[in-house]
Amino acid sequence: MLITQLKSKETIVSLVDGKKVFIINCQGCKEVHFPEKEAAEFQKELAEDGNVTGIITTDYICNPENMKLRLEKHMSAIEAADVVLVFSCGVGVQTIAEYLEDKKVCAACDTYPLPGFQGVTPLEYDCDQCGECYLNITGGICPITACSKSLVNGPCGGTKNGKCEVDGDMECGWERIYRRLAQLGRQDALKCPVQIRNFATDDEVKNL
Amino acid sequence: MNISELFQRGEFVVSAEVGPPKGTNIDHLVEEAKTYLTGVTAVNVTDNQSSVMRLGSLATCKVLKDEGLTPIYQLTCRDRNRIALQSDLLSAAMLGIENLLLLTGDHTKMGDHPQAKPVFDLDSVSLIHTVKLLESGRDLGGNELVGEPPKFAKGAVVSPCSDSVDAQLAKMERKVMAGADYFQTQAVYEPEKFIKFMEKAKQFGKPVQLGIVIPKSVGMARFMNANVAGVHVPDSMIEELKADKEKTKAGITGIEIAARIIKECKPYCQGVHIMALGWESKIPDLLKLAEI
Repeated sequence: MLITQLKSKETIVSLVDGKKVFIINCQGCKEVHFPEKEAAEFQKELAEDGNVTGIITTDYICNPENMKLRLEKHMSAIEAADVVLVFSCGVGVQTIAEYLEDKKVCAACDTYPLPGFQGVTPLEYDCDQCGECYLNITGGICPITACSKSLVNGPCGGTKNGKCEVDGDMECGWERIYRRLAQLGRQDALKCPVQIRNFATDDEVKNL
Repeated sequence: MNISELFQRGEFVVSAEVGPPKGTNIDHLVEEAKTYLTGVTAVNVTDNQSSVMRLGSLATCKVLKDEGLTPIYQLTCRDRNRIALQSDLLSAAMLGIENLLLLTGDHTKMGDHPQAKPVFDLDSVSLIHTVKLLESGRDLGGNELVGEPPKFAKGAVVSPCSDSVDAQLAKMERKVMAGADYFQTQAVYEPEKFIKFMEKAKQFGKPVQLGIVIPKSVGMARFMNANVAGVHVPDSMIEELKADKEKTKAGITGIEIAARIIKECKPYCQGVHIMALGWESKIPDLLKLAEI
């Protein structure tokens, strides 16, 4: 089972700051706890300044076929937005970022694990439920699962012909990230402060 | 000796690399270093290179320092979490080790203990940040250090001939931002690529030492082309090595090639870092041939 929690208001506001935004909520599989109330309240606030081009609430956006069907009739509102803000687990954000490849897609939630049940997640979009979603600085590709070393500050020197030193069949996750950011003109995302992972599992320590 | 000061004085800094043995007898390493590395400014000591378990880098650094050499302590994030890394950094400072080379490290799967847990609690960038923090008198947990904080020359690596050079430059910029003082590069066999890279890298204003691995043979060149990230030995160089078949001449061509690369790149960089991989005895000849 997964738990999604809203990132801090300041973090989300800094992502959309004055831009046109399209919002996607995924209330997910039954196994995912989603902060419906807090999300709705926050989105109401965001919509007040008239920059929200649309809000949809759906489920199973981690299923690419389902997601495409759900987004189809909203494509003009999505086109009109500068940022697509996704309230879902990390898998949902990655599925949408891959589909809307020319669009800045941002995660509004962090995803935490709840022991005992893994949830329904297609393998090609892994979310490690690390509780500190990095997708906003990596163009919607997860560095925790796409990089063999789970590096959060860029590629190591172990890339040969675009492949990972650990597995010759695996594309270097950070090369994918760099390519995606270049495609979006967002290379500046890598000028963010030094990232240091927080491995604490205790809520109090995690939020220190 | 803190090698940052040498770079600041505008010196062309030459360093060479040694790898500790898989065992406790260090006599051979010390003997070779004292015989062949007196002409270099500093000696890198690798940290369980290629994820192969060996004698420790820090202990070896201390022995070399006691022998009058200037060690560069290589430290990777593969085997230690942030507590152990910071503790080892304090130990290094206490032992008078002043120069660091801070790396992410190869994955455990590449070495002789593939079952080991890969740590990577920090990475090269956050490790540089951590050293900088220690230098300010605080640890990564926000706690104050007791007494005089350590002071290091903080080195980092970059791969100028990588096929994804823009991603490498972006990472280099993050290392500079985190506090890197100087850079050593992966082995270079394509001077034109290195020069192009340096044109872009000079914006960061940090000294860069050209990385040199002496090409010992055709087999070694082909092995590196197939297996070593960021390294490409051009066909023309492989042909040159091939022509050097006579056993008595073995090695000379490789040294000539390495000297040529150094000469060609020297105007564009601030030093050279030689990874002799067992050919330490050839370093004096190489430096002479490269006119350093």
